[in-house]
Amino acid sequence: MEGILFKIFGAFITALLAFTVGMLFGGLRRKVIARAQNRVGPPVYQNFLDLLKLQSKTTNIAHGFMGHMAPVWIIIAAMTTLMFIPVLQGDLWFENLTMKGDLIFLLYMMVFGNLGMALGAGQSGNPNSVLGVSRGLSQLVGFEIPYFLAITALMLQFQTTTIAEFLNIQAETGVWIVLQNPFAFIAAVLASLGMFMYAPFNIVGAPAELASGPRAEFGGKYLGTMMTGGAVFAFIKLVLMVDLFLGGAGNNNLEGIAGTAVGLLELLLKTFLFYMIPVFVAIVSPRYRTEQAIRFFWKWPTFFGILAIVWALYKNGTFN
Amino acid sequence: MDNNKNIEQVSKIKTIGIPTQEEIKQAQIDFSPRCTSAGRVNDKETQKMVEYIMNFARKHSLFVLAYGTGCGAIEIPATMTSRYDAERFGMRGAATPRQADVLLITGYLSTKTLKRVIRVYEQMQDPKYVIAFGSCTINGGMYFDSYNTINALDRYLPVDVYIAGCMPRPESVINGIVKLQGLIQNGNAGGGKCYKDNLDWYRENQQKVIKNWDFPDDYNW
Repeated sequence: MEGILFKIFGAFITALLAFTVGMLFGGLRRKVIARAQNRVGPPVYQNFLDLLKLQSKTTNIAHGFMGHMAPVWIIIAAMTTLMFIPVLQGDLWFENLTMKGDLIFLLYMMVFGNLGMALGAGQSGNPNSVLGVSRGLSQLVGFEIPYFLAITALMLQFQTTTIAEFLNIQAETGVWIVLQNPFAFIAAVLASLGMFMYAPFNIVGAPAELASGPRAEFGGKYLGTMMTGGAVFAFIKLVLMVDLFLGGAGNNNLEGIAGTAVGLLELLLKTFLFYMIPVFVAIVSPRYRTEQAIRFFWKWPTFFGILAIVWALYKNGTFN
Repeated sequence: MDNNKNIEQVSKIKTIGIPTQEEIKQAQIDFSPRCTSAGRVNDKETQKMVEYIMNFARKHSLFVLAYGTGCGAIEIPATMTSRYDAERFGMRGAATPRQADVLLITGYLSTKTLKRVIRVYEQMQDPKYVIAFGSCTINGGMYFDSYNTINALDRYLPVDVYIAGCMPRPESVINGIVKLQGLIQNGNAGGGKCYKDNLDWYRENQQKVIKNWDFPDDYNW
């Protein structure tokens, strides 16, 4: 009984943490970009103000049932996915609902939000939205291939599909997976550039060309809810990468609250450093067209993905 | 306020010839509806804190839809980029009217453009504000005697803040934004409410200049 209570409490705290960290990282990103352009930039809490403002809009127009449901769908997808991510290893609160084979479940679940977005944008009837959705789904096909190859390489190399197992392996051997299978890491990093949809892969929501694409008809509270979902999704992607490649967080010998606090600091540091990769790429990049983006993803990232699988099979002993 | 009566009054003034000072004053008072109160979410005194926080957020997070009608649009990139950096005030470009809070009308408006601007304005979500940019939106500027541009934007859309100049430099644009922020914080940026309350008056003026009127009846669509 106590275990269940801890799980429920942990779920609330995890959701709060994901929201706060996701929004804060979004603000930090805006600040970093501003400093790179020699500007002062908005304050780091700017995204919270934006969200508060969007939620305090007095009129909100939805175009039909799916348009009404799309932000809700995104939030549901984000929260469901979050519940299967072990945020801190072996922690009482932050371990969440680990189950056997949750990595495969996550790979499917992470596309669920995009699907809701596509349906909602489709019903709004705005041609820009439809165009944005078609471009977004094309790009999805592009970056999912190297990403799946990288994840498959990990599954083959370590013979498991549970995220908690990956954490345990890294804790036991003391070597992060980024060193055990570097090619998978390279493929996953390149794919994550597309997953974050920052420049050069930001044609989906290009403001000047597509009037912000799929979100063109969503304003006020709908946009605010989507923003929240996006922030939680950013946190999910970062924590998943840290869990799979960078050893996770929370693997320390401290007891109780101190252990959790140190684990959280470790997590924030690792996720922030990983988050800076797509942000720094975005600062120096122009924008790719859809076919250029797909050509990019199916060239080098896919090559590294295949190399990662070969490496995994070699390490695995299949070739012996 | 009886709008039809006011319009008659004003048109009478025009036909008489040179109006007296009192008549001008009266016309200025009666002419365009001036609402300076944005209205509150609810009138409970206990909600003052909520109102304050909301206004604080609104003030520091302005999504601007820059409607580049005239030459003024060239000042917007300068305002947004490194040298003047309007993003530090929480200003951000919005690509669609659904996401925007501020409609920035940069320059003269031909009657054809006015129709699109009204469409854009009515698609924005409350609370919404209009910044009129440049002297063309105040009195017509250098196009004051043109046959197909409007002279005073205030007759067709409620303007919260004017930025005078031809062209206003980025400093003045930022000054105007700061002024709008002050109005929002005090609850005085009431353009959106004003438009809703005096919709008949605005509609009549709009339909006078827009010949092919094909708008939906709904105010916020």
